[in-house]
Amino acid sequence: MTALAAAVPRLPYALVLTLLAALVLAAATAGIAAGSVPLAAGEVWGILAHRAVPALVDPTWPPVRETIVLDVRAPRVLLCGVAGAALSVCGMALQALVRNPLADPMLLGVSSGASVGAVLVLVLNLTVFGAFSLPLAAFIGALGALTLVYVLARSGGRMTTVRLILAGVATAEVLSAIAGYLIVTSGDPRKTESAMRWMLGGFGGTSWDLVPIPAAAVLLGTVALLGVSRPLDLLLAGEEAAASLGLNVHRFRACLFVLVALMVGAVVAVSGAIGFVGLMLPHIVRLLTGAGHRRALPAAALLGAAFLIAADLAARTVIAPEEIPVGILTALAGGPFFLWLMRRKAAS
Amino acid sequence: MTPGHLRAERVGVAVADRDLVRDAVLDLTPGEVVALTGPNGAGKSTLLRTFYRARRPTSGRVLLDGEDIWRMSGRRLARRLAAVVQEPPGEFELSGYEVVAMGRSPYKKAFQGDDDGDRRIIMDALDALGVTALAQAPFDRLSGGEKQRVLIARALAQQTGTLVLDEPTNHLDLRHQLDVLRLVRGLGVTAVIALHDLNLAAAFCDRICVMHAGQVVADGPPAQVLTPALLAEVYEVTADVHAHPRTGVPQISVHPDQEGPS
Repeated sequence: MTALAAAVPRLPYALVLTLLAALVLAAATAGIAAGSVPLAAGEVWGILAHRAVPALVDPTWPPVRETIVLDVRAPRVLLCGVAGAALSVCGMALQALVRNPLADPMLLGVSSGASVGAVLVLVLNLTVFGAFSLPLAAFIGALGALTLVYVLARSGGRMTTVRLILAGVATAEVLSAIAGYLIVTSGDPRKTESAMRWMLGGFGGTSWDLVPIPAAAVLLGTVALLGVSRPLDLLLAGEEAAASLGLNVHRFRACLFVLVALMVGAVVAVSGAIGFVGLMLPHIVRLLTGAGHRRALPAAALLGAAFLIAADLAARTVIAPEEIPVGILTALAGGPFFLWLMRRKAAS
Repeated sequence: MTPGHLRAERVGVAVADRDLVRDAVLDLTPGEVVALTGPNGAGKSTLLRTFYRARRPTSGRVLLDGEDIWRMSGRRLARRLAAVVQEPPGEFELSGYEVVAMGRSPYKKAFQGDDDGDRRIIMDALDALGVTALAQAPFDRLSGGEKQRVLIARALAQQTGTLVLDEPTNHLDLRHQLDVLRLVRGLGVTAVIALHDLNLAAAFCDRICVMHAGQVVADGPPAQVLTPALLAEVYEVTADVHAHPRTGVPQISVHPDQEGPS
């Protein structure tokens, strides 16, 4: 018997959520305030409050600042929050889906699949579905990649970590190579720039019209995942146990594939592929709330939003006026984290 | 928790032209506790899988109270039949409580949380297996025996009239083996238990069903099934069968120094 299997001391759940929400607000305020024209936090909130309820605050700021806040920085910060929440929540769902804590939309090739879909639409100028062409193509690419990796990694009903990671990494590499090739051979005059955006991820030039589709997809997707938090828990127990507890594992897994691909596709279509967010944050969240999805998913969404807003803030301020693709920063933080997780797993 | 009537009708499971299980017939009257035994690879686990919907039989039917379990929903079955299965350990830090709480999911709709009634059932199940102290402990760091008891508690939390247990005494020390079998016996539910230990099977089960090479080759009360001839044929060992000095149930003594009768 293990005499010591002591309870992990945890903060009360309500407190965790409150702290994370405060973190999101702080990151968003900083994200809107910082830039070539620095603003005070009070001014940021004043402008936002004035827009919401004009009578609330008297405008004491020059109109140009209002434009900066409302038309330039607010949509970018909001989109970062949406993308961060999506990647984090999808990472958590994928980890349950493949029952492996090393899963991540980027590592499993899902993001690269979405990139290929999106780039194809841009290069071939496909606009059959209007504003939805891009996210739809990204979704199809994401779903295709996820299915491919899943099939490759599974043999005889079992899926080992090694096979999963190898299949994911190989698929991701091939797909990003395809996306890169498509960009370079296209007539795009700003090839290098757009290649960087799709391969490394970035939020430069975000305007309001990019926000609604991913925001809606992520909000609905997260609510849907919360609705299936019990089945997600059951997946952690293993396939057979889940079946014995009444879950139709195959059908549930297929639905989850589509849901994750939808969310990742919607996000990658506007931001490009950003790695490691979906790997790191679910792991940190589980330390705070435990692995039960009902409690972990909302926390993962909040932490993901705060993290990516902060990462994007760093990406555009560290070497201002130049911008670093945000994916470089998340990889710098995420790579070592991944290695640490792998070694820790090997040791236990 | 009315005990169920579980019946396998000529169940067969074939994989790529190989019969893992062939024409298996098993009938458990309500409240009966039956041991399923046989050498490694005899098809015990495969047959049990068809009972808890982890593997669809390629021929035959599995009936619970006369209803084909493959024609009802998984949730409906999970409210009437619970399973303790062998599975590789996970890598996520669920607490003992959270693992047992999974047993309530067949009763829950989307977005529905556990209420006080559920919490009481979960705590009672933990208590019945003597693992209340492990409620807040991370499941993955428990010992094999502790895990096993938590998983049995999860099956109890499902509050079903029928239990399917695949090697529930695995990893358990002598005392906990007896505790678990005594507990299952005392529940008054119908139970089918895969067991390697024939002496335990004889002591705790109404019947012993022996599988060999995918087929049921013997099924009956322990005294009828456990004979030197059967042990020689199925397990290829020489053994004496004698009555337990206190309880009178048949017990086996295997002869250690032999190659097996050939």
